[in-house]
Formats: sequence, structure tokens, C-alpha cells
Amino acid sequence: MTTASSADHPTRRDFLFVATGAAAAVGGAAALWPFISQMNPDASTIAAGAPIEVDLSPVAEGQDIKVFWRGKPIYISHRTKKQIDEARAVNVASLPDPQTDEARVKSGHEQWLVVIGICTHLGCIPIAHEGNYDGFFCPCHGSQYDSSGRIRQGPAPANLAVPPYQFVSDTKIQIG
Amino acid sequence: MSGPSDYQPSNPALQWIERRLPILGLMHSSFVVYPTPRNLNYWWTFGAILSFMLGMQILTGVILAMHYTPHADLAFKSVELIVRDVNYGWLLRNMHACGASMFFFAVYVHMLRGLYYGSYKEPREVLWILGVIIYLLMMATGFMGYVLPWGQMSFWGATVITNLFSAIPYVGESIVTLLWGGYSVGNPTLNRFFSLHYLLPFLIAGVVVLHVWALHVAGQNNPDGVEPKTEKDTVPFTPHATIKDMFGVSCFLLLYAWFIFYMPNYLGDADNYIPANPGVTPPHIVPEWYYLPFYAILRSIPNKLAGVIAMFSAIIILCFLPWLDSARTRSSKYRPLAKQFFWIFVAVCILLGYLGAQPPEGIYVVAGRVLTVCYFAYFLIVLPLLSRIETPRPVPNSISEAILAKGSKAVASVAVALVAAGALFLGSLGDARASEGSDKPPGNKWSFSGPFGKFDRGALQRGLKVYKEVCANCHGLSYVAFRNLGEPGGPGYSVAQVAAFASDYKIKDGPNDAGDMFERPGRAADYFPSPFPNEQAARAANGGAAPPDLSLITKARSYGRGFPWFIFDFFTQYQEQGPDYVAAVLQGFEEKVPEGVTIPEGSYFNRYFPGHAIKMPKPLSDGQVTYDDGSPTTVAQYSKDVTTFLMWTAEPHMEARKRLGFQVFVFLIIFALLMYFTKKKVWADSH
Repeated sequence: MTTASSADHPTRRDFLFVATGAAAAVGGAAALWPFISQMNPDASTIAAGAPIEVDLSPVAEGQDIKVFWRGKPIYISHRTKKQIDEARAVNVASLPDPQTDEARVKSGHEQWLVVIGICTHLGCIPIAHEGNYDGFFCPCHGSQYDSSGRIRQGPAPANLAVPPYQFVSDTKIQIG
Repeated sequence: MSGPSDYQPSNPALQWIERRLPILGLMHSSFVVYPTPRNLNYWWTFGAILSFMLGMQILTGVILAMHYTPHADLAFKSVELIVRDVNYGWLLRNMHACGASMFFFAVYVHMLRGLYYGSYKEPREVLWILGVIIYLLMMATGFMGYVLPWGQMSFWGATVITNLFSAIPYVGESIVTLLWGGYSVGNPTLNRFFSLHYLLPFLIAGVVVLHVWALHVAGQNNPDGVEPKTEKDTVPFTPHATIKDMFGVSCFLLLYAWFIFYMPNYLGDADNYIPANPGVTPPHIVPEWYYLPFYAILRSIPNKLAGVIAMFSAIIILCFLPWLDSARTRSSKYRPLAKQFFWIFVAVCILLGYLGAQPPEGIYVVAGRVLTVCYFAYFLIVLPLLSRIETPRPVPNSISEAILAKGSKAVASVAVALVAAGALFLGSLGDARASEGSDKPPGNKWSFSGPFGKFDRGALQRGLKVYKEVCANCHGLSYVAFRNLGEPGGPGYSVAQVAAFASDYKIKDGPNDAGDMFERPGRAADYFPSPFPNEQAARAANGGAAPPDLSLITKARSYGRGFPWFIFDFFTQYQEQGPDYVAAVLQGFEEKVPEGVTIPEGSYFNRYFPGHAIKMPKPLSDGQVTYDDGSPTTVAQYSKDVTTFLMWTAEPHMEARKRLGFQVFVFLIIFALLMYFTKKKVWADSH
């Protein structure tokens, strides 16, 4: 390794060294992929995340149930007239995360609120029918959601998320 | 060799660290300026290959542990799910399982190299003993790792090896109970083996650090066995040894990739694809190929305690090698007699390995005893005697002198390579079986054989039909989900077709809110249901024999191919014994039992089944299943189709494996060539 040729102008030797180094880098990077990719959900986990159907007929007015989809708790609330009116009477512009109640439920099924029951602050599970707004209260850091699942008070930055769902019939929904 | 470092980094931040923790200087003096003997041949590359393999095993092992479940009820299934569902899980599992074999292959070359060139002699005794300790730790790790998949060989291997300790007088039984954590090998055993299998590699890595440390104090030995005297005798480690080792590793990767992508089950035992069953022992319990010589020694001694002592002594004796061989000449290159005896010793080890795979009967027992005596005689008689009577040839004064007088060492190297390769192939006789009086199944032409093999979609779809209409009456496919039918590399059904297929099945689900079990139509995520609610019901319906689950049947079946076929098998990638066997059994039924053959009551004659007697009645007859695509509705066609389908259920990712394998090979060949020319350029000025 004592020849002086490579300092001034590129030689075939330099080309060989660069090509070898590049091949090693490409091979190393490609070999990394399986080691990273294996951390993603596996095929059985993905298959288990298929849509679920929920029968709403046993849920009485004022009652709410919790179902699980993709490992997350989903609250399904059968809202009372009072709760719906409260949710719709709010001045939307005054909310931290402005959203109308109409945008959060399916039209014609206003009594059904379906939200992912995970606090948008740091992922705790809020308790239904608690707090000052007739909605949800997160005991961890005091976030309060109203009867439409919108954030009203506390550190959470966003409303409770609405999962993708649709009404299969009047008394049955499919989540996912 | 290693004095105070004169390493002076120019970067002030590095200087700051170096003054407080001279780790950079340590790396610099160990792996950059470290003087390497100029005459090292490629047998010295196996040190680097071993470091690489250790790193590879730890990396893939840590990842597999993220997906593995160490519970007796779930371990087997979790390994199958790694292979079937985890992204690249099949690749990582093959890398780890074949990696163990490659690791041992490399360590044997490394040890034999040390033996041949006298690397254990003064002043490298501690270095050698540390190596033996690493080897012992490797054996323990490899054994416990083999237990984890919880197949038949895993379970019975664990039973047999832990029972070795029962040979200890008075306390043996208590020790075995202690090792098991129960009355037999069970869940506590599996849990502790998993824990220790995860721990030991880090101990190995620790002892490797000591091994390399001792190496760098004493300096490397070399093929001529003379210590470097002047600067002309050595070259700096970087770039010379670094690039040479990297070239060696890239060549080794080609061999490793051959196993990973094309022969993943070649070195394993088919029985380990049968879930552990404490009620049935495999016909012959054989360890993995790398333990076979010691297994043969164990079996050669007709006394339990003495056999165990002999087996452990066969390894421990290596520690005393530096004192058993007191010859002053290091390298066998200059010891004409020692050289010959070394090769005899290598042959003895390989033959012991061969015997370890054979059933312990007849001539094999006698041969085993003779070779066991030869093994110990090499250490206890030949080496001490040789060092007294042998007249070595004159040793060169220095390494540079030896290089100038360079002879025909390449011939010896090629010979060693062939012998080492032969050892590997001989070891692969792991599935050798006693003569069981059955015909060898004829070989078939399969669309999925060879490096570019693909499943025949038509055959997969027809095979599924045969399975559903015939086999499913008694056999399950518990590792296959309906969704698999729509995945790439499978029968090629659409999502809607899969959903429709699944909804034909009634799946037991529950309990529901009322606490009841109920039946619902199958969904894509469900697994193929078993025809029987449990094993007892299956036995009751089938005259006492539980029909095996068919998900892995083609991998779990094998028959000995014998010498010299396994050598061709390695090069032609022939690994279709399982499918050949299954197809043959389906066609081997005969209505009339041939004369001179008696089979037990309630069983049927089958030419290819061991012992000719099978509990299963002839399942297929011509015209039984209708085909829509005009294929002949004959037993031969049915069995070929259903076997193709079962091969796919055993390895749904086979097409991905072969495709990726081809890409990796193209890359590795280009890379190895680049490495070779780079290495030549780097060394050009040093010769």
C-alpha cells in the first residue's frame, strides 16, 4: 500500500476499491431489511384485524358497551336525547378540536356514538359517563370529553377518534 | 506483540476519550497495526468466519426469541408460525438453524487447523484451553437450542442427554430430576433451556474476548510454526488480514446461503417436524451431525457410567493436548509421521460420526469400539510417543525464508477441504434408519424441485379438492389458515374465493356473552378445522391410531438415501424424499397380501410403508374425485396432486425462498469476485 499513484488521479485500483465498498454497503443494507421487517405485524395479526360485527339491539338508551377491535377498546354509546342536544348546542368554534357532532355520527343514527376509547393525550382509557360534560373522563391526567367524545378540558389535544364503521342494518354495525 | 499503544487520534474529541478510556487504542493495536504473520493460509480465516457466525447466531437468535413461545403446549406451533406468518420469519429461522451447523463446521475446521499446525503448543496453551471451553459452551448451547422447537427429536434428545447424568453413582437420579424440574422432561425443562440458550452465547462471546486477548499476547501461529522474528515476517492486520478474512467470509457465505435457501432441512432430522410426544420414541434417536462422533463413543462403551465418562473425556482430553504432545516442532508440515497420524485421526473422527448415525447393531458396534480406542490412542499413545521417536524435517529460520521456499501446500489444502466437506456430508446421514423391510419409494418429478422450482397451481387446486373430499375425513391441517389459500405462492385463489371456501366450514367459536359455545361459518382468518374434537376421539374412530396432522407431513417423512446419494443430493438440491414417500404410500396399497408376508389383524398391506402394514385403508381409488380441468382421475394423479398440495402446506413460502435465494447467489458471487480482486491488489505489494 505504498504506491503514490492514487493520490492525484483515479486509477483502476481506486475503482475496484470503490466498487467493492459499494457492493458491501448495498449488500449490508439489503440484508438489514428482513431484520427490520420482521418487527411489523405478522400475517396472523393482520388477519385477526379483520372487520367485526356488533349487534346493537341489546344496548338500552343511556347505556354504553365496550368492544375490542384490533386490540383497542371501542365505546358504543346509545345516547339519550339530552346528550345529543348537549352535544349539538355547543359553539363549535370554541372547542380545542373543532368538529360538529353531525360529523362524528352517522346521519339517521344520531343516537349511536362509536369512538375509539383511547385518550388522545397519552393512550389511557377514559371512563364513560364521568366528568363535567356528560361524556368521558380520563382518570390519568384529567382530560374531559363531552357526549360527542370531543375534548373539552385537560391536556388531550384531539377528540376521541371515530373508527371506520358502517351500519349493516338498523341494529347492526360493522367496525373496520 | 501488544505493548503500550502509540495510537494518537488527531480528533480532539477522540483524544479526550482516549485519555480516559483507551478503547480506541486497544482496537487500533488489536485490529489495525497488529502484526500478522505473512504466510497465513486460508485455514486461518476460520477465526474470522467463527466471529461472524457467532454474531449472526446472536442476532438471528435475539430476533427469533421475539416471536418464540417457550411453553410446552405452544413452542412447536410458535416455531411454525414464525416460519409461516412472521415477515421473513422463514429466512431468519433458516439462518439460525443452518447457522448452527455452519458454526460447528467452521469450529471443527478451526480446531483441526490448530491440531495440524501445533497452535496449542507453548506459549499458546491458555489460548487453546480457552478454545476448548468455547467449544464446550457451544455444545451446550447447540443442544439446548435444538430442544426449543419441541419436536420429537428435541424432546427425546433432551430426555436422552439429561439421562446421561443419571449415570453418576448415588446422586444421579436426583441430579436428573433437578435438571428437569419435574418427573420427566416437560415445561420447566423447556423454560430453563430457553433461558440458558439465550444466556450462553453471551458467555461464549465473553470467552471469545479472552481467546482473542490471549491470541494477541502470544501472537498468531502460522503454517510454518516459527515465531516472527523481523518486520519482514509480518504484515499489518489492516488492510491485509482484514480484506483476506472478508474474502474468506464471503466465500463461506456462499456455502451458508446454499443451505439457507436451497437445502434448509438437509442437515436436520425429519422427525423434528413431528410435535413432541412423550408416549412414542422415534425409531432411532440421533443428535445433530456435529455431535455424532461423541455420540458414537458414548454408545461404544457397554457400561452406562463408563460411556458417559468416555464421551466427556473425548472432549476434555483436548485441554491436555499441549502436554501430551511435547514435540519441539510445531507444524505438522515438518513432521512426516505426525502428519500421517493427523490424517488418520481425521478419518477416525469422520468414521465415528458415520457410526453415530447408524443403528447400534452388528458390525457398527464393533467398529465403534475399535474407532473409540483409536480416538483415545491418538492422544494418549501416538502423540506422546511421536514426540520422542520422530525426527522432524528442518524448520526454516524465519517466515520470510519459508515463503521464498514455498512448496506445494495447495495440494494439502485441497485435500483438507475435500475431507472437511466429506465430514459434512457423512454427518448428514442423520436420518439413517435400520432396515425395516420396505421398498424404497420411487423418485418423482415435482414441479417444485430445483433452484427455480414453483408449485403447479393446477395441482395445488386439485390437491386441495382431494384433501377436502378424502383426506379431511380423518386428517387435520392445523397450521394452515384459509387465508393462506389466497397468499402469493399458494393455489392462487382470490380473496372472494377464499371467503367463499372458508364459509363452507362450520367453526366452533365461543364462549359468547351467555357463556355458550356456538358454531359459525368460517372466516379467512380461521384455520382448517380438525375432523375430530380431540386426540382421544381421533384414536377411537381409527382403531387406536391417531391420524397425523397433514400440515407438515411431507417434511416429517424421510427415508435413508444412503451413500453416495446424499452427496449428489447436496449438489442437486434433492430434498424430495418426503413428497416421494407420501406419494408412494398413497399408491403402494395392494388388495392381496403377497405370499410369504403376514400383516397384523386390522391393518392393510402397503409396499412402501415400514413393515408393509399400515392402519390406514386404501384412501384413493380411480374416479373418486371429479376434476373440472380434464386431468385424469386416477390414483396416480390424485396422489401426485394431493402430495403437491401437502408440500405447499408444509412450506407456503417455498417460492419466495427460492426466488430470494437466486438473487442472493447472484449478489454473493459478484461480491466474492470483487473481494478476491481487492484482496489481490492489497496483497500485491507484500509478496
